[in-house]
Amino acid sequence: MNSNGKKTIKFLGATVVAMFFFSFALVPLYNVFCEVTGINGKIFQSNDSDQYASFEGRDVAVQFISSNNENMPWTFKPSDEVMGVVTGKYYNANFYVKNTTGKTMTAQAVPSIAPSNAAAHLKKLECFCFEQQELAPGEEALLPVKFLISNELPETIQNVILSYTIFDITDYNQEKLAHNNMQLEKN
Amino acid sequence: MSAVIENHHDDHHHGPAKGLSRWLYTTNHKDIGTLYLWFSFAMFLIGGAMAMIIRAELFQPGMQIVEPEFYNQMITLHGLIMIFGGVMPAFVGLANWLVPMMVGAPDMALPRMNNLSFWILPFAFFILLASLFMEGGAPNFGWTFYAPLSTTYAPPSVTFFIFSVHIMGASSIMGAINVIVTIMNMRAPGMDLMKMPLFVWSWLITAYLLIAVMPVLAGAVTMMLMDIHFGTSFFNAAGGGDPVLFQHIFWFFGHPEVYIMILPAFGIVSHIIETFSRKQLFGYSSMVWAMLSIAILSFVVWAHHMFTVGMPLAAELFFMWATMLIAVPTGVKVFNWIATMFKGSMTFETPMLFACAFVVLFTLGGFSGLMLAITPADFQYHDTYFVVAHFHYVLVPGSIFSIMAAVYYWIPKWSGNMYDERLGKLHFWLSFIGVNVTFFPQHFIGLAGMPRRYPDYALQFADWNMISTVGAFLFGISQVFFLFIVIKTVMGGKKATDQVWEGARGLEWTVASPAPYHTFETPPKVD
Repeated sequence: MNSNGKKTIKFLGATVVAMFFFSFALVPLYNVFCEVTGINGKIFQSNDSDQYASFEGRDVAVQFISSNNENMPWTFKPSDEVMGVVTGKYYNANFYVKNTTGKTMTAQAVPSIAPSNAAAHLKKLECFCFEQQELAPGEEALLPVKFLISNELPETIQNVILSYTIFDITDYNQEKLAHNNMQLEKN
Repeated sequence: MSAVIENHHDDHHHGPAKGLSRWLYTTNHKDIGTLYLWFSFAMFLIGGAMAMIIRAELFQPGMQIVEPEFYNQMITLHGLIMIFGGVMPAFVGLANWLVPMMVGAPDMALPRMNNLSFWILPFAFFILLASLFMEGGAPNFGWTFYAPLSTTYAPPSVTFFIFSVHIMGASSIMGAINVIVTIMNMRAPGMDLMKMPLFVWSWLITAYLLIAVMPVLAGAVTMMLMDIHFGTSFFNAAGGGDPVLFQHIFWFFGHPEVYIMILPAFGIVSHIIETFSRKQLFGYSSMVWAMLSIAILSFVVWAHHMFTVGMPLAAELFFMWATMLIAVPTGVKVFNWIATMFKGSMTFETPMLFACAFVVLFTLGGFSGLMLAITPADFQYHDTYFVVAHFHYVLVPGSIFSIMAAVYYWIPKWSGNMYDERLGKLHFWLSFIGVNVTFFPQHFIGLAGMPRRYPDYALQFADWNMISTVGAFLFGISQVFFLFIVIKTVMGGKKATDQVWEGARGLEWTVASPAPYHTFETPPKVD
């Protein structure tokens, strides 16, 4: 094998390794892309609060939807299905939850917003999805979410849907999940 | 050390070793090419048998023959085996046989790695097929193995599937490195890049695609492995991951992968049309540039497989236009093939029949691809039988017809015997009719709304499904007939001349038929 051949092999080997790591690099790249474009219903909080100074809001209907991940037996539903709100003001909504099983379980709710271009304009000051919920057998609770829809909401949007899916995470490493979730919200 | 070298020199001119060890230890590119081709033929028949089970179940509406769970395993394994076991190893086998002979090299650049890259493949497929007999059955999530179907809801055998994909990937990567090093460093003096035969060009580009995307596939299945066993959440929404991310990573591999399965076919068909038109190929350099631009574009179109997941409008438009742009270089190629035939003194031996069918039917598959590229229309076509018809048209009368054409075209050089022309033509016509009867009706039932990947369907689709099944069995049986023709040719028949075909060009036709065990030990001179 001549030296050119060895050079080619080294280059190709390095490319293979680089592409393998590139596939993992796609994970943060994807999150950054979703943040920049505000798609995928993921919520990324922004810090500029000037836009909330004015109270010349308009009326928007917010619809709440709850769903259970397949393996999640809890009862989970919104207290109100629809709420009329004015943009630029904070509102409180509650979700009712009950552990219907005979054992203590931990749950995590994951939010999603539709239409996707409304996601950037729904701000949550407080949300049960920031935390995990641990309920004893038969225990029930009202889970609060405090939110605001910014005045920047595109004119074409009259309805915003805020949906939560609740997951059973009893068996997962709790600290790690809490950490992940904080990262997600912080971003 | 010197004794070893001398020993090696002593038996340099001997023929192959005898018995099983010849095949286990061989580092000869022709032996390894033969192993790859037989292996892919075996996988083609196994994957084909699974297709027969699928079509038999779909012969009539309602559940007739298999359980729905087993049906899901069949569609998954059929896809995986045909892609990774049938088409890809067949092309690697052809590359092994032909690339050294076409560039005037004595062997592949890395012969021992060549042996390794073949011999790990049977283990990969043993593992994959063994999962059929495991508790919970074989993988049942489709060949695209979307998470969370392939992670949270997968049968336990998914871990074996992941290791099997790792092994297939390692094999492909080693094969690709070997091809590139051979082409870049071992060409005969005087053979510039722009004088290389088109099959060599097509494989050079294919090998670079393999190097770029097989590691991404390995990454995707590694993330699955970590989600399943090590508590990570790459694709798990509850832990901050995202299932849609899986689809992006998968198709970033998946779309270049479909060109990996068609570019070598472009090379083969160019040689065959040139030979049987008895003319020089029209537009050689535009062919090379077309293949290069197809390969580059293949990296920026992946999301056209997932228009319906909910992307911003700008992204949908970008992926739609980028996808349609691929029709331009592909159109250049089709134009050049037809221009090569134009005013040529054509004859229609079996390889040419397969090549002509390739041009027509691959173009048809390309047109249905253009229809699918139109984003708003794709929302209707997505996951229907129209998609099934599209990719089977580009893969069966595309890739597989080109492989069969290659076998008929070069088998006289490989075995020294001519195949039986009458049987070859019969095989062609049975395959041609079979493939169209099978897949053309699937366009209709797809447009009418029949979803793919279900073992049952609504009554209005019954007639076309019945016809499709009849065609599938015709096509299936004619491939067993193909096996008979190949064995008959290898066993004996009319002796082939060295030139074999009147109009054939290229270095492989300058060596004896059958090709001696060692060729071009002193490099030929190319003008």
